[in-house]
Amino acid sequence: MFAEFIQYLFTGITIGATYALVALGFTLIYNASHVINFAQGEFLMIGGMATVSLLGMGFPMPVAIVLAVMLAGIIGVALQRFAIAPAKQADVVTLIIITIGASIFIRGIAQLVWGKEYHVMPNFSSDEPIRLFGAVLNSQSFWVLGIGALLVVALVLFFTRTLMGKAILATSMNKDAARLVGIRTQMVLMLAFMLSALLGSMAGVTVAPITFTAYDIGIMLGLKGFVAAALGGLGSGVGAVVGGLLLGVVEAMTAGYISSDYKDAVAFSMILLVLFFMPRGLFGSRVVERV
Amino acid sequence: MSKKLLRRAGFLAATLAAGIFAGAQAAQPIKIGSFLSVTGPASFLGDPELKTLEMYVERINEAGGVLGRPLQLIHYDDAGDASAARNFASRLVRSDRVDIIVGGSTTGTTMAAVPLIEQARTPFISLAGAVVITDPVKPWVFKTPQSDRAAAQRVLQDMKDRGITRIGLISGTDGFGRSGREQTLAVAPEMGIEVVADVTYSPSDTDMTAQLTRIRNTPGVQAVFNFGFGQSPAIVTRNYAQLGIDLPFYQSHGVASDRFLELVGRAGEGLRLPASPLLVPDSLPDTDPQKRVVQAYKSAYEQRWNTQVSTFGGYAFDGLMLAVEAIERAGSTDREAVRKALESIQGYVGVTGVFNMSPTDHNGVGPESFRILEVRNGQWHLIQ
Repeated sequence: MFAEFIQYLFTGITIGATYALVALGFTLIYNASHVINFAQGEFLMIGGMATVSLLGMGFPMPVAIVLAVMLAGIIGVALQRFAIAPAKQADVVTLIIITIGASIFIRGIAQLVWGKEYHVMPNFSSDEPIRLFGAVLNSQSFWVLGIGALLVVALVLFFTRTLMGKAILATSMNKDAARLVGIRTQMVLMLAFMLSALLGSMAGVTVAPITFTAYDIGIMLGLKGFVAAALGGLGSGVGAVVGGLLLGVVEAMTAGYISSDYKDAVAFSMILLVLFFMPRGLFGSRVVERV
Repeated sequence: MSKKLLRRAGFLAATLAAGIFAGAQAAQPIKIGSFLSVTGPASFLGDPELKTLEMYVERINEAGGVLGRPLQLIHYDDAGDASAARNFASRLVRSDRVDIIVGGSTTGTTMAAVPLIEQARTPFISLAGAVVITDPVKPWVFKTPQSDRAAAQRVLQDMKDRGITRIGLISGTDGFGRSGREQTLAVAPEMGIEVVADVTYSPSDTDMTAQLTRIRNTPGVQAVFNFGFGQSPAIVTRNYAQLGIDLPFYQSHGVASDRFLELVGRAGEGLRLPASPLLVPDSLPDTDPQKRVVQAYKSAYEQRWNTQVSTFGGYAFDGLMLAVEAIERAGSTDREAVRKALESIQGYVGVTGVFNMSPTDHNGVGPESFRILEVRNGQWHLIQ
């Protein structure tokens, strides 16, 4: 009975950690521009797929991962330069639509380059599952959790301690004022896209051994990640992690104790409830809408 | 003068055109229509299917065509979208006026096109799995893959042979998994097998440990059967190994491909599934009538496209060959005659199985055409 509960909990944490890592990627760009970057899932895909193909070329894993993450960073910059920047003063909704278009474009290219099949990526460490209290846990889950925690701390430090992070926040709060105090807002935006691509691709590489990877994995993970981010409060790193874990655990518990058929229904009802009473999410900033 | 010349030239042109037209009439191509999911989520079905059709239409034309007429393949990509499939089927029958349709990669796209094709009275050979396509029988609709009911029967038969009577079922909530689950639940009582646990997962799930734990904790489970396709069954297989569940494990024909072996790695050891002989052409006994057909198709496909052959391409091969056979038997492309000829095909040896069509059976292959394979040392192993 207890072993069963622990198993469901572990499963939930594994799933939730994946969602959380994806959700973190949305945070950066949202903080910089209030744009929800729907191409975030594509960064994940690029991270996983590029790593797999570099591994196939015979690169050792750490090198493959670094190169894949760098590739994603470059694509992030390119996305901002060639798709977002030309739109200049367009409002947030237009920019969001641009990111949707970009995601379809990137997915199409990936389909041509890497094909349509699913690929395996080996675990970072051992393939052997870890046994705890009579339940088992994939060793990769620890990597997902650890890297997730590391990224949250890094994000918090970045936004509160560095000039660059503060510049990003300033740009999101008031673009004109930020420009008046000498912040180059286009540069800031480009930086945000690059960092978010790096973050996303790192998440993609870390979760790929659990989920497999394919050219269209970004749709699936991106959507769940976005839901987790909205639940936790867009723009909050801690919120993204809590939202992701909560979503994962609720899904696993429902699948285990009630029925897997109702898993998504229960999860989405919970989100509706939370957003009904706390429209900005669990950890959302309590700012008043500027008029 | 110039007027006369012009008139003469006009006359000459008209005669020439008529001549060309008559010439074309003699060797007018037989139009084979097709709509397949070559891109999109079901591309792993449509892609090998289209490659197979293109390759064999070419080959047949090089060998002189059918009834002395060349084949012409008219193909549209429905990208797995049912409403697109319906539109393309409409274009095939209304504006392209094809003689026969070989296509429909998924049950969804097939069923969307069926009412329209029935109405247009055009023979249609579907390449999709679910039993609803040919049960109840529709006069103009045929299909080449074994139904999911046959797959369920084959798996349950193998379980029975091993003395298993109580099983746990885990299936996907996509069309394939849903239909497979229904068929398994329907045939299990007939075969004396009790499904004691019945859980599902959605195709976007990344971990099925919770569902498998639920099955493991159900008292009396002797074996587990996973009905699904895509990457999910590979995740189920890995979770199964992680949990260390020590019961016989079965997958459906939906994942019968070498790709699946790569995805599951060592976790797949010992699992069994029903599959086309295409996966083990060289292990078939020499007395097996399918051995030659299967070997020939596999080597031709792999030589031409330089990629691994897939079961799904085999469905298209059988579809095209049955169409050609029926047109030859009918001696024309008269639709009613072709339809009748299709219904009367008996003992046709294909890649998928030996087809025995009849007015009451438009599929023609049963559970016995599946071979049970077991994964041993990362390879498919034929269980006799």
